[in-house]
Amino acid sequence: MDVRRGQRTVIDPKVRQVGFVPAGATRPPARSHSVPTDACSSSPPAPELPLSGSSLSPVMIPPPRHSSADGLPSLSRSAASPVPIPASPLRRDTVQIPIGSYNPSESVLGSSPMISPSSRLDAVSEFSDEVPTSAWLGRSGSGKFASSFPSSSGEMMTMKITGGGSGGGGNTPKSSLTTASVVKALPGVSEKDRGALIEVQNEGISKPQKQKTSKAERRAIQEAQRAAKAAAKEAGEAVKPSASSGGALPASKQGKVVKPSSQKKDGPQVTAPVVPSEKKVGDRIPDKDRKKDVPHPRMQFDDKHRVEKAKRRAVVNQSEARNRVELFRHLPQYIHGTQLPDLESKFFQLDPMHPSVYKVGLQYLSGVISGGNARCIAMLLAFQEAIKDYSTPPEKALVRDLTAKISSYVSFLIECRPLSISMGNAIKFLKNRIAKLPHTLSESEAKSSLQSDIDRFINEKIVIADKVIVGHAVTKIRDGDILLTYGSSSVVEMILLYAHELGKQFRVVLVDSRPKLEGQALLHRLVAKGLNCTYTHINAISYVMQEVTRVFLGASSVLSNGTVYSRVGTACVAMVANAFQIPVLICCEAYKFHERVQLDSICSNELGDPDVISKVAGRNDLNHLESWADNENLQLLNLIYDATPSDYVSMIITDYGMIPPTSVPVIVREYRREHLWI
Amino acid sequence: MPDVQALVNDFVLKLKRRKIEGSHASAQHTAELLRSVISHQRMPYTNQAGALIDAVKAVGEQLIAANPVELAVGNIVRRVLHIIREEDLSSTATAIEGLGLSAGSDDDDEGQHEDRPALSAAALAAAARSTLRAPSLQTLLEDIPDSAAAPQPPSSGGDSEGKSKSADKNIRSRKLKHDVIEAINELIQDIDTCHEQISEQAVEHIHQNEVILTLGRSRTVKEFLCAAKEKNRSFRVFVAEGAPRYQGHVLAKELVSKGIQTTVITDSAVFAMISRVNMVIVGAHAIMANGGVIAPVGINMVALAAQRHAVPFVVVAGSHKLCPLYPHNPEVLLNDLKCPSDLLDFGEFSDCMDFGSHGGSPLLHVVNPAFDYVPPKLVSLFITDTGGHNPSYMYRLIADYYSADDLVVKRRSTS
Repeated sequence: MDVRRGQRTVIDPKVRQVGFVPAGATRPPARSHSVPTDACSSSPPAPELPLSGSSLSPVMIPPPRHSSADGLPSLSRSAASPVPIPASPLRRDTVQIPIGSYNPSESVLGSSPMISPSSRLDAVSEFSDEVPTSAWLGRSGSGKFASSFPSSSGEMMTMKITGGGSGGGGNTPKSSLTTASVVKALPGVSEKDRGALIEVQNEGISKPQKQKTSKAERRAIQEAQRAAKAAAKEAGEAVKPSASSGGALPASKQGKVVKPSSQKKDGPQVTAPVVPSEKKVGDRIPDKDRKKDVPHPRMQFDDKHRVEKAKRRAVVNQSEARNRVELFRHLPQYIHGTQLPDLESKFFQLDPMHPSVYKVGLQYLSGVISGGNARCIAMLLAFQEAIKDYSTPPEKALVRDLTAKISSYVSFLIECRPLSISMGNAIKFLKNRIAKLPHTLSESEAKSSLQSDIDRFINEKIVIADKVIVGHAVTKIRDGDILLTYGSSSVVEMILLYAHELGKQFRVVLVDSRPKLEGQALLHRLVAKGLNCTYTHINAISYVMQEVTRVFLGASSVLSNGTVYSRVGTACVAMVANAFQIPVLICCEAYKFHERVQLDSICSNELGDPDVISKVAGRNDLNHLESWADNENLQLLNLIYDATPSDYVSMIITDYGMIPPTSVPVIVREYRREHLWI
Repeated sequence: MPDVQALVNDFVLKLKRRKIEGSHASAQHTAELLRSVISHQRMPYTNQAGALIDAVKAVGEQLIAANPVELAVGNIVRRVLHIIREEDLSSTATAIEGLGLSAGSDDDDEGQHEDRPALSAAALAAAARSTLRAPSLQTLLEDIPDSAAAPQPPSSGGDSEGKSKSADKNIRSRKLKHDVIEAINELIQDIDTCHEQISEQAVEHIHQNEVILTLGRSRTVKEFLCAAKEKNRSFRVFVAEGAPRYQGHVLAKELVSKGIQTTVITDSAVFAMISRVNMVIVGAHAIMANGGVIAPVGINMVALAAQRHAVPFVVVAGSHKLCPLYPHNPEVLLNDLKCPSDLLDFGEFSDCMDFGSHGGSPLLHVVNPAFDYVPPKLVSLFITDTGGHNPSYMYRLIADYYSADDLVVKRRSTS
C-alpha cells in the first residue's frame, strides 16, 4: 500500500485535480487557503460535502449500485438512496455532525498539514480512491459517508448493517447514524472527547484512525503519511505493506513501522470503552481485510516437507498418482476412486466429522456434485446442518470452537477435492459471520443467526444473483442469434431457457469436450425444452464459430486482473471467438470474484483423474493407453481449469451489472466487504 | 483395357466409401493406379503424349470426383500429367535438336518449320529448367485442343513433322511411355520416402529440452520426432488426443515406445499448456497454394493459441500434399462431415435427430467436421522433403511440381 501511494503522489495531481474542479470552483477561497483554514471552511457549510462527493463520483462505477439495489437486499438501496438527494434534511443534519468533531482534530492536524500544502488537492481527492482509508477514518458518522459515499457504497452499506459501529468513532455516539437529533445534540461533547483523543495520539499511541475525517483531516493525514513515508524511505526502513491502511498518523515523526501494530490494537482499544464489543469486531474487520488482501500463498505440493505434514493430518488417505507431469508437481494428484470405499467404511467412525459434511465430501470425491454453484451450495447447506447440530463444549467459546470446527470440515473437503474459489469466498463469509457473533447472544440464537446467514448468502449471492444475471444476459439475445456455449454452466443454461421462454428465436451451439462431456447432459435438458441445438466437440470450434453470433460462457471465478478462471477449454473457445470477432460474454456471480491474479493456467489449477483420459467412452477399440502407468515416459494430464486472458472477454455479466473485465478489481474492492457482511 | 477400368472403378469406390483415407495412402494408390493406366494405354503413332494425358485425365477426373476432399489424389494426377509433359518435352527437345541438325541441309519448305520448333525447343528447354509454364508447349501437343490453353498459331508444324518423322517417333513413343513409367515409379518412391527426407531435418529444429506440442497423429510428425530422438536429443512432447478420432493416443504410444517423454492432454487443455511449449509440430492433410493448410480438425485452434503465445507453428508434410489450388471458403468446401456417432450415442438422441418430427427439421444437429483450415499467417514454417519453406513460398514450390495447364483436371468437353 505504501508503495502504491508513493507512486500516486506523482501521478495524482494532474488527474485528480480535473475531477475535483467543480468542488474547488464553488469555493475558491478554500483552495487558496492553507489546509487548516480549508478544513474550517469545509466543515461549516453542510452542502459542501455532498458536492465534493458528487464531484468525485466519476471514480466510482455507477451501474453496480443499481444492480445491487435490484439484486440485493433493500438495505443497500436504502443506503444508496440518500446520495443522489443531497437536500434531505436528515442528511444535512448528519452532515453537520462532524463539524464539531472536526475542529479539534484540525488543531492537531494543523501541525502536519503545513509540511506539504502543495499536495493538498490530491490528498483531498485521493480519499475517494483510498477506500479503506477513508472508511476507516470516516467512522465519525454519516456526514463523512455522505461525502465519500460514491467511493465506498459497499462499505457504507455494511457499516449500516452492523449498526452503530460505524458511528462509533471512538467518541461520537454510536447512534449518530440512526438518529440525527441525538447526534446534533452532542457535538460539543464529541468535540471534547476528540480533544482528549488527540492528546492521546500525541502521546504517541496512534488513535488517529478513530478520527473523524473531514477533507482537511484526510488531507493532513495523507500528507503526514507521505512525510512519514519519505522519512521511512530515507531511513531505509522496511515498510510494511499493510501499514497505511489505517493511515492517520498526525504525528508524522512516528516511523511507519510503528503504525501497523499500533493501529491493529488501537481500533478495538479505542472503541472498547464506548462501544459494545460487537462494534469492535465490526470496526476491526475492514482493517484486517485490507491486510488479507494479498491472498495467502497456496499449498505447493512439490514442497515435500509440507506435504508430509499435511498427510499426517489427513483424514482421507489418498495415494499419489504415478507418472506425474513435471510441470504440475506443485498440484496434488491422487489416484481417484481408491479412497472412496475406504472413506465410506469410515463413515460411522469419523467422530469429528459431521455426517452431512462427510456426505458432501464423498459427493465431491465421486464427482456427483460438480459445478461451482452446486458445490458451494452443497457445502453451505452441510455447514448449516452441522451448525444446527452443534453444541458448544463446556469451557469453550462458541466463536472459537465453531470456527475451528468449520476449519476442520473445510480441510476435510479440501482433501476430497480442492476448493473452488467460490467456496473459498463462502467459507470466508461464514467464518466472518462466526467471528462477528456478538458475545451476548445465547448459543441457540447464535446458531440460528448463522443458519439464517447461510440461507441469506445462498439466496442473495447465488439464487438472486443468478436471476439478475439472467435478466441482464437475456437483453443480449436477439431473434435469429446463434449462441455458442461450452460445457455446462448453470447460469448459461438458465439464460438460454429463459430466453426461450420469452419466445426469442435462436439456436444454441453446444461445444463439449472430453473427458467430462458435461455438455451432453445440458444438451438433454435443452432439447427436452424444445431448444434448437447443434452439438459438437471442441476441436470443431473453428468450424462452428463461423455462424455464431454470441458466445456465452460460465466461469468458476473471475480474477482481479480480468482473467477468467473456468473449466478447461473455455480459453480455447474464447480465443477462437476472438479470432472470429464474436463477442464473448462471461456469466459469473460476483461472489466468485477473487482478488487473486493469474497469468497462466499452470501456476494454479486442479488435476483430475488421469485415468479417464486413457479410456474413451463408447470406443472400446481405443485401448492404446491402457497400461499407461507402467511406462514412466508416459503421463496423462487431466486439467480441470484454465485461465482465459481478459482480452478475449468482451463483457462479464454479474449481479452488479455488465462490466468489462477491467472493472473486475473495482467490483472486488468495492464489494468485498459486502460479501463478508451482507 | 477392361482390367484397368476395373481397377479404376474399384479405387473410385474405395475413395467414395472412404475406405482409403489419409493423403499418404491415397497418393500412393493413385500413383500406382495411374502407372497401370499408362502401361496399359495403347500408344497411337501421333501425339502420344496427348493420348497419355487424355487417358490420365479421364481417370483422374473420376478419382477426384470420388473424393474431392482428398486433395492428394488430385495432386498425384496432376503430378503424373506434369511428368508426361516433362518427359515428352525432353524427348521432343532432343529429337528436335537432332532434327535441327539434319534439317540444315534439307529442302526449303521444311526450313520455316524447323526454325520455329528449334526456337521453341530452346525456349522449352529453358522452361523445363525453370519449370515454369512453357508458353509454347502447345505447339508440341496441339492435338489436344486444351480449352484452357492459349490458341497457338503454328498448328501445322507439329503435324507435318509428325508425319515426316513417323519412324523416329516410333522409337520415341516407346521411350516416352517407358520414361513416364520410370518417373512415376520415382514419384511413388518419393511418396514412400518423404518421411525420411523430412525427418532428416529434425535435428535442425528440435533442441535439447524442448517442449513440443502436437495434435492427433501424423506419421510424418511421428517420424520427425523419432528421428530427433535417435539423434539423442531429449525433449518432451505434449500430445493432444485429437477428438473425435483420438489418434493422439496412438501417437503417444508410439512415441513412448521410442523413449520420448510424452504427456497426453485433452484437446481443451491446449490453450492452457501452450504457454509452456517451445514449438508446435503438426502434420497436414494438404497444403494449399496460398500457404494455407488443410489439417485434421482442431489444428486451427492450436495454431491460434500458438500465435497468441508466439510459439512457432511448424507443419511437416511431404510434397505430395502440396496442392496447386487456391482455397475458397475451405472450411466448408474442403471439409468432410463425419458421422455423428463419433460424438453422441445415437440411441440417446435418436428422437431429436429425427427428421420426421418438429416439422421436418430436427431439433438437434451434430457437427463433426474432419478438417480445419489454417490460414497462412498462422503458419511459421513448412518442412517438406525439399527443406523448410515459408508459407509465402508455397506457390513457387508448387510450380516445380505441376504444370499450369493441369490445374483443372478436365478432359475437353467435346469428348
